Amino acid sequence: MSSQEKVLTSKDLRTGMRARVAGVEEGQELCPRLLELGLLPGTEFRVTKVAPLGCPVEIDVRGYRLCLRKSETGCLKLVSLEDQEEIAG
Amino acid sequence: MVETSAKKRVALVGNPNAGKTSLFNALTGLHQKTGNYPGVTVEKSEGECQLTFQKVDVVDVPGLYSLTPVSTDEEVATSVLLDEGADLVVYVLDGSNIERNLFLFSQLADHDLNVVVALTMTDILMRSGGDFDIARLSTLLGVEVVPVIPHKGIGIPELKEAMERAIEDPHTLELDVGFPKVVMDAADRLADHMNRRGIALGLREARCVLLDEHCTTADRFRDLPEHIAAIEEERKAVLGASGQGRTLDAQARYAWAERVRKESILPPQNKKRSKSEIADAFLTHRVFGLLFFLGLMYLVFQSIYTFAAPLMDLIEAGKTALANWVSPMLESTPMVQSLVVDGVIEGVGSVFVFLPQIVILFFFIAVLEGTGYLARAAFLMDKLLGWCGLNGRAFIPLLSSFACAIPGVMAARVMPDQRSRLLTVLVAPLMSCSARLPVYLLLIGAIIEPKYGPAWAGFALFAMHFVGLIVAIPIVFILNRKISKGRRLPFMLELPKYQWPKWRDVFLTLTSRSKVFLQTAGTIIFAMSVLIWALLTFPQAKPGTYQKEYEALSVERQSQISEDEFAELRQREDSALGRFGRTIEPVFAPAGFDWRITTAILAAFPAREVVVPAMGILFGTGADVDEGSPKMVQSMQKATWPDGRPLMTVWSSISLMVFFALCCQCMATLAAVKRETNSWKWAAFSFGYMTTLAYIFSVVINQIGLAVSK
Ligand SMILES: Nc1nc2c(ncn2[C@@H]2O[C@H](COP(=O)(O)OP(=O)(O)OP(=O)(O)O)[C@@H](O)[C@H]2O)c(=O)[nH]1
Ligand SMILES: [Mg+2]
Repeated sequence: MSSQEKVLTSKDLRTGMRARVAGVEEGQELCPRLLELGLLPGTEFRVTKVAPLGCPVEIDVRGYRLCLRKSETGCLKLVSLEDQEEIAG
Repeated sequence: MVETSAKKRVALVGNPNAGKTSLFNALTGLHQKTGNYPGVTVEKSEGECQLTFQKVDVVDVPGLYSLTPVSTDEEVATSVLLDEGADLVVYVLDGSNIERNLFLFSQLADHDLNVVVALTMTDILMRSGGDFDIARLSTLLGVEVVPVIPHKGIGIPELKEAMERAIEDPHTLELDVGFPKVVMDAADRLADHMNRRGIALGLREARCVLLDEHCTTADRFRDLPEHIAAIEEERKAVLGASGQGRTLDAQARYAWAERVRKESILPPQNKKRSKSEIADAFLTHRVFGLLFFLGLMYLVFQSIYTFAAPLMDLIEAGKTALANWVSPMLESTPMVQSLVVDGVIEGVGSVFVFLPQIVILFFFIAVLEGTGYLARAAFLMDKLLGWCGLNGRAFIPLLSSFACAIPGVMAARVMPDQRSRLLTVLVAPLMSCSARLPVYLLLIGAIIEPKYGPAWAGFALFAMHFVGLIVAIPIVFILNRKISKGRRLPFMLELPKYQWPKWRDVFLTLTSRSKVFLQTAGTIIFAMSVLIWALLTFPQAKPGTYQKEYEALSVERQSQISEDEFAELRQREDSALGRFGRTIEPVFAPAGFDWRITTAILAAFPAREVVVPAMGILFGTGADVDEGSPKMVQSMQKATWPDGRPLMTVWSSISLMVFFALCCQCMATLAAVKRETNSWKWAAFSFGYMTTLAYIFSVVINQIGLAVSK
């Protein structure tokens, strides 16, 4: 997809945003579980919800819903796909 | 040696919340707990299932995301699968989330297992406009696939037939996930290299060694430096400098899973937001989410208070009728009459009365667990709990502890790190379990409601359930600093789709829970009632012993209490239990408890429900009981200190309720803490800290009360 991509940090995650995993740091502690849950280089996901206090976030990945703390996505390199505000409104 | 006659063993394996336990129940006819959130099952459980030609043992295990366990419940499951072994694995595959569910399936193929697939949740898939192709799926997976809807019994006979076929004619699962050619070539070379040197290494094992340094096969080479070089060389050839073997492994598996999904499943067609999403937009909303949670809890306790009243009256009436019916028959032997009427019927009956409320509480908890709301609550609470050092996932065991702390303590197994797990185990008993409910209801009904009315009474019940939760927060905060730091693992929680609770499952939970409650009433409460009655009746004073004492009382006091009542009261005080209680009384007097309450509290240490019959028997019955409210309530309202001050004020009853909210009066919970932490030290610690807290809080509350009401 040739949509405008920009590098994201987990802090930038907002409801409705679409993002893609561009790379992973396998050596980091939490990474193996994220891999097993299907967050791999190239995987796209959508942020479906952000908890009341800003963390954790809920994402729609591979057709299921997963909650993650923002701090736990540290081993994922994320890029944003164009914002699709389909959930808001 | 293979024993052919032995019963075959079937393991139910799959992702968390895939429907394993539902299927287990359908196959065995047992009633293990199910619920719509990941991590319901934390232990293995076994049952028997009758196939056409044989009986087999079925084992249900906790859910797994992969064969590399990170928490205790996952270790239980992998050890059943890989160490204990099974003649057949029924892989429970969630049809509404097939891609991720296939990841674990692909790992099974590395372990020479005989597999049949049970495809669940197809009703959910169909309802949202999706569809599936069983024949295609079966071809792609290389095993039989049977669609089932366990709680409705759909597909169960077909699954049993498939199980029987697979047991009679076992095949090992073979799967070509399609690892990249470079990987397979390197694995080939490595296997060859080892085999030529007399070390047996299969292709699959070689692949595992290449892609994952933590692979169990890799351990074999740890002490063989001459081979490590060969392994490293091939590893470099495959992975390059990055060395990201596990990523490569997962990518290959997920690519395969995606292909299988695309070829066999038609995804949901409804592009509109599902009902689940709409509900969630509200239930986990920034503002409404938390308000809804509090509102819901308030509703629960208010309704426990109001809905149960008529039922309670009915049981109360039954108890009185029974006493009135039995009493005349035993007229000739007053001692037996007193034992049966004042001891057994009063004691056991006083607890029985609270069955309706407990059933209502369990109903609400079962509904919360069945809908999937519990996982949302954990999502909402993670940040709050995170501040005091607990994982948001702890909220699930903690909420379950409102029913009973024992499953709550066990559910802490899902916590991904040992420290969070220990913290959760230690504070779960602080949550207000259903056994505390009768105490609250008794005191609120006797003291708070007559004064402030039913609306406040309901609120008081609601508030009492938060005492433990609120006290738990600073406790965790403090413990968190004291307990040595362990590995910290993530929150990572899957949110299942909302479902209607399975009413049959809810009903079964209620009946089994009621049975446990009645069993306690019939055994421990019965025994304690008889014991308390006996210790309170003996030694018997001769008639007329207390006449002089009564005459010496002030006129004012005499107007409050008749001579008979006074004699009965004094007789109790001079009984074995009375003397004992009065010795201890000074310890609890600052909390506003006299010797009777003190004795009741002490009697309740094995199981806190005992306090209700204990108080019933200890407070006894005045001669002039009005009709209407239970005699026990009336005698509590009338009870006084020796100087005539009322014993049960609003403050002292709050003090007593808080004592029960915080105190650890449950042997079974302590045993569970011991089992789960593997040390008596932590059980003793739980007991110590909770009892100390309870004492301090109740003294403070009562002293405030005394100061305020001066
Ligand atoms: N609609 C529908 N619901 C199902 C089906 N199978 C299971 N469920 C529900 O899904 C939820 C999870 O079922 P469980 O049997 O507890 O799942 P489990 O795999 O044992 O879960 P864990 O013990 O947490 O690993 C429960 O609410 C079940 O009622 C199905 O085929 N269709
Ligand atoms: Mg289960």
